[in-house]
Amino acid sequence: MLQYIVKRILMMIPTLLMVSVIVFTIIQLPPGNYLESYIAELEAQGESVDRQKVEFLREYYGLDQPLPKQYLRWVGGMLRGDFGYSFEFNMPVTKVVGDRMLLTVIVSFATILFTWAIAFPIGIYSATHQYSWGDYGLSFLGFLGIAIPNFMLALVMMYVANVVFGTTIGGLMDPEYIGKPWTWDKVKSVLEHSWIPVVVIGTSGTAGMIRRLRANLLDELSKQYVVTARAKGLPPRKVLRKYPLRMALNFFISDIGSLLPHIISGAEITAVVLSLPTTGPMLLNALKSQDMYLAGSFLMFLAFLIVVGVLISDLALVALDPRIRLSGGVAR
Amino acid sequence: MADLIDVRDLSIDFDDRGTRIRALDRVSFRIAPGDTLALVGESGSGKSVTAQAMMRILPRNATIASGSVVFTPPDGHNPIDIVRLVPDGRAMRRIRGARISMIFQEPMVSLSPLHTIGDQVSEALFLHRKISHRAGMRETEDMLRRVGFPDPPRALRTYPFELSGGLRQRAMIAMALVCRPSLLIADEPTTALDVTMQAQILELIKSLQADLGMAVLIITHDLGVVANVAQSVVVLYRGRVMESGPIDAIFERPAHPYLRALLRAVPHFDMKPGERLVPVRDVESETGPLVETRKAWPADAGSEHLRVRNIVKSFTTRAGGFLIRREGPAFRAVDDVSLTIRRGQCFGLVGESGCGKTTLSKVIMRALEPDRGEVTYNDRGRTIDVVHASSDALMQFRRRVQYIFQDPFGSLSPRMTVFDILREPLVIHGIGDADHRAQMAKELMRLVGLDPRYLNRYPHSFSGGQRQRIGIARALALSPDLILCDEPVSALDVSIQAQVLNLLKDLQADLGLTYLFISHNLAVVDYVADEIAVMCRGRIVEIAPREVLFRHPMHPYTLGLLAAVPYPDLARKLDLGAVMRGAARRPEEWPAPYAWTDASAGELVHVGDGHRVRMQTANVREAA
Repeated sequence: MLQYIVKRILMMIPTLLMVSVIVFTIIQLPPGNYLESYIAELEAQGESVDRQKVEFLREYYGLDQPLPKQYLRWVGGMLRGDFGYSFEFNMPVTKVVGDRMLLTVIVSFATILFTWAIAFPIGIYSATHQYSWGDYGLSFLGFLGIAIPNFMLALVMMYVANVVFGTTIGGLMDPEYIGKPWTWDKVKSVLEHSWIPVVVIGTSGTAGMIRRLRANLLDELSKQYVVTARAKGLPPRKVLRKYPLRMALNFFISDIGSLLPHIISGAEITAVVLSLPTTGPMLLNALKSQDMYLAGSFLMFLAFLIVVGVLISDLALVALDPRIRLSGGVAR
Repeated sequence: MADLIDVRDLSIDFDDRGTRIRALDRVSFRIAPGDTLALVGESGSGKSVTAQAMMRILPRNATIASGSVVFTPPDGHNPIDIVRLVPDGRAMRRIRGARISMIFQEPMVSLSPLHTIGDQVSEALFLHRKISHRAGMRETEDMLRRVGFPDPPRALRTYPFELSGGLRQRAMIAMALVCRPSLLIADEPTTALDVTMQAQILELIKSLQADLGMAVLIITHDLGVVANVAQSVVVLYRGRVMESGPIDAIFERPAHPYLRALLRAVPHFDMKPGERLVPVRDVESETGPLVETRKAWPADAGSEHLRVRNIVKSFTTRAGGFLIRREGPAFRAVDDVSLTIRRGQCFGLVGESGCGKTTLSKVIMRALEPDRGEVTYNDRGRTIDVVHASSDALMQFRRRVQYIFQDPFGSLSPRMTVFDILREPLVIHGIGDADHRAQMAKELMRLVGLDPRYLNRYPHSFSGGQRQRIGIARALALSPDLILCDEPVSALDVSIQAQVLNLLKDLQADLGLTYLFISHNLAVVDYVADEIAVMCRGRIVEIAPREVLFRHPMHPYTLGLLAAVPYPDLARKLDLGAVMRGAARRPEEWPAPYAWTDASAGELVHVGDGHRVRMQTANVREAA
């Protein structure tokens, strides 16, 4: 078992290395680099360019060196915790990202919890009351959730939040707290604002999960072992909890791996509409202006999340399902 | 003494998208405490529905229309009418699993794969009795020992998928009996098992019944099983009781035509040469012009059709290595098997599950590559080396050899119409145009006794027997010469089994086919095969023409298999001793000269009449 975990963690290294090559290649694919487009832009506006600074940067970041060398530099820096320098913001990437990363994580986790909290009971209800009015009604709502585009829902929610609850539009906190150190009031303000993006981002995921949970549970409910459990005299709720629900959990857990990146990347458009200070809009900008280190760090962060998510779901599956634990080469 | 169960005028309706279908019509029977009643009938006759009604675990679309099921607990409590209880209510749950419990046909799917045997077996105990964890686990262990687990403390911690089919069924029995119920309902408890395992499980149920003093309601379609366990019989047909009474009356003077027909439909060893089984419902096979255009076998092509020489196929288990994959110990599924099938012959291959018979048939098809050995196929005078054939030659070979599968449900794609299924082989091999293929599909349907108007239906609208006939029609689409039949009737009811066996025999005679017929049921093989090989642990232990093998069986394994076949005859009960002496033992424990070890497996020795038996040659010389 321990051997399996170590093996899975070691497997992450080549995976991440491969991702870093791909990320680097994609970022370098468009012609030119940030400095060149920066200089061109300044010259077009007729402003003088600080040649010395440009030369310094070019040399410092090795932009004049061949690509493989640049790549090694970038990867080497990341290993040491140096994620490079954002050209656009004129400061180290870690500083630019800072708070945004934290807020992204908060919004994402709140969204996951929201998704589960809503999807689980509804999915179970729909499956156990198949073809009832409740099932039809909830299924209808679910399809509605899948069908409505996120940005549209975001606009509607902003309007509702402003008119009904009087919350300021956009952002994750009231404007006076932006850039201020964390205080209790700031936390409260964040909580007050964050439910809108959580609901908006979570809706489509929730709807999809309800459908999948319902389908999986329906499959399990018709299995013979459920009849066996009933024939033992177990009360219906206990039957449901101990057997089919437990089996249906497997899919739920293997979903974790894809959940994290899905929520983070799916949130970008919403974040732009809601002007959230999360990482999504920033990644979009960085990619547009070829801010290489910023974009690269983001993408690597996403890749890391996916790999960790898959690792967590794999380990959870191994812990929960004896068929995976005991067959397939993992010794007792 | 009062009856334990008194079922009176029980009627059950099913709601099928708005229409009510009567599944059970005024069924009545009684079971005395400690008695065994067999509920006999083919699938769809209402046997399982009756059992589900007695447990109140009917499917959601079923309702009890009328009648009563009165349960009188033997400990002097008041009688309870189960029909009046709320299905999942407290009173019903107190009966379920504690006083009446049930075992099912498929031991794999009836157990949860995620919970240990200990957890699942002890569950009912903790549910129905106030008992400490320790005492409960001790009792569970004791029950596992009673049902024959070799190492009960270890068994508590194992998962169902780590056990063999027989042990899983034993775990099911332990689970049902752990609360010492007064009635055990066994719904086809041995249908999914091999004959030898079946004999052992039946014996186990009988001995536990005597120990615990419980009554048993056994549901089965197999009259041989009935003859061996039951004291009284109820025969169901289309939801109605056709006949009921004590077992000797039923077997000696079957009154109802249905029961008489059912008795005639079972193959048995006393059949005269050429005697035909009489199916409950016969099918009319009809050949057409396209099917009849087969060319006759050329006179100079020789009579040897398929030759298998020294085939070895082993599987390696994968052991988890760190980054490097280690090969685990190899398991020889087929070990040095040679056989020759003559043209027009039906060659029977018999053995229990796991003996390597299916693996061998896959090697012959070249669905698996053998480690060693030769397979030579005689394609009407042209020799094909199957093991080394190029992909073109293999394509040609596969037009000549077809396969009929065991599972009529899994072997037909639910997303294709019967027409598409029958046409597909012709499309793959590019035979004929659309008209020809449509014509062929119609003829194939008539050939297996199905109405060509059903061609645009999907497999799910057919019964198991009809599906198996569709599978046969598909195998015949390319007009092959050799057909590999892998347990073609073991998933079917006896009444359907006779029908399919007769169809296979007729087709063989009409079209001049050659069969390799694989089965674990000796009586079935006896009915269809001309020559029979008995396989055990990857090796052939005995091989002989049909008459010889059954008149003078020599090998202890063959003797054990023969003893394990239950006869629908009260004078010939199962002899478990013979089963245990032969088939249920390891090869090392067989008496000399038949015992073998992996190091020295003996060899097939001619004993006359084309009869060969595996034995240690050294011993034979000593004896001589």
